[in-house]
Amino acid sequence: MKDKEYILEAIDLKKTFGVTLALQGANLDVKQGEIVAIMGPSGSGKSTLLHCLAGILKPDSGEVMFDGKRLDQMDEAERTKLRRTAFGFVFQFGQLVPELTAEDNVALPLLLNKAGRSEAYTKARSWFPRLGIEGMEKHRTGEMSGGQSQRVALARALAIEPKVLFADEPTGSLDSLASEQVMELLVKTAREQGTTVVLVTHDPRIAAYADREVMVRDGKVTTAGRRVGAVR
Amino acid sequence: MSASYALLGILGKQQSYGYDLKREYDFLYGKEKTLPFGQVYGTLSRLLRDNKVSIEATEQSVGPERKLYAITTLGRADLEEWLATPEKLHPSTQTVLFIKVVTAILLDKEPNAYLDIQRAAHIERMRELTKLRRKSDLAESLQADYAMFHLEADLRWIDVTAARLQLLKEEIQSER
Repeated sequence: MKDKEYILEAIDLKKTFGVTLALQGANLDVKQGEIVAIMGPSGSGKSTLLHCLAGILKPDSGEVMFDGKRLDQMDEAERTKLRRTAFGFVFQFGQLVPELTAEDNVALPLLLNKAGRSEAYTKARSWFPRLGIEGMEKHRTGEMSGGQSQRVALARALAIEPKVLFADEPTGSLDSLASEQVMELLVKTAREQGTTVVLVTHDPRIAAYADREVMVRDGKVTTAGRRVGAVR
Repeated sequence: MSASYALLGILGKQQSYGYDLKREYDFLYGKEKTLPFGQVYGTLSRLLRDNKVSIEATEQSVGPERKLYAITTLGRADLEEWLATPEKLHPSTQTVLFIKVVTAILLDKEPNAYLDIQRAAHIERMRELTKLRRKSDLAESLQADYAMFHLEADLRWIDVTAARLQLLKEEIQSER
């Protein structure tokens, strides 16, 4: 790693799916505690970039550095461990188990990380007032509104106190008002925890919550001049 | 123009002195840009000339003379008509943004680079408005939303144009 202040770096990433060139030399640096929005048209490669940064996908070539270590060279078991302990994820939908209660969903990653049941549930419940969903602990997530579900998803992602929160269109299924509320909470809690956030969105109103935004076009990252040097 | 109707609207609620009118205007609309006293009194004298406001009382204890303004029947009718009339839509599709894109194509420059710069500037303004909204009351927050949605409309146009640049280039070059 060239600079200690960067917690995450993508260096000349290339990734293909069959004949589709998803990433064609993508570069990105993310500072510790920074909130970065990745924007771009559909099919530009922005979600692929996020998945490579998060160790969900392995790039065909290039390097992914996380906290000074080569993420792309780790085996599946190492990457899985990292995703459980250091990374949090919020997606547009689908990450919650609808049959479980909200607190079960939030406690789940803590239990998977071998926390004791009592400790896991105490920690899980502590997130509900912080995210304005106090009193909904025993509700099944399948019966909650979109905005409430995304707050539970956020609690679940942050419960393990991740170093990096990856969010892929986290408000994509919400209306304007619910989107704002979720984003305000996401940014506020991330700042309080010092969590770095990498956010994929096509929505400029959502990108405006980030410290800066980059554009992905044709599998490459471009920027329009601010924070010169952040993107090589 | 809208400042005069804003002042008429405040007077439509109750009679007011010029100083209080300015304070009420700034409270309702002027968080980012207050109304200068000169503009308040200039507007009031025009409204007075046009019989849309009247002076109900004049008092002078210490300092300058204070006039109590009230809306007239004519002023109220004008205000009602203004409220009921839709605002003119943007008169032209020849926006500066479009002209810049075409100019970039004509000069064999990369229009995407210009669009990226414009997009970044728009999002930067949205970022400022997002921060402003966080510490604002509801009225100010709704004004920020209005600006945000207009910026968003521009950004949608920028994205669609970026996606169709190749077609636009071909069309312009084939017609020349």
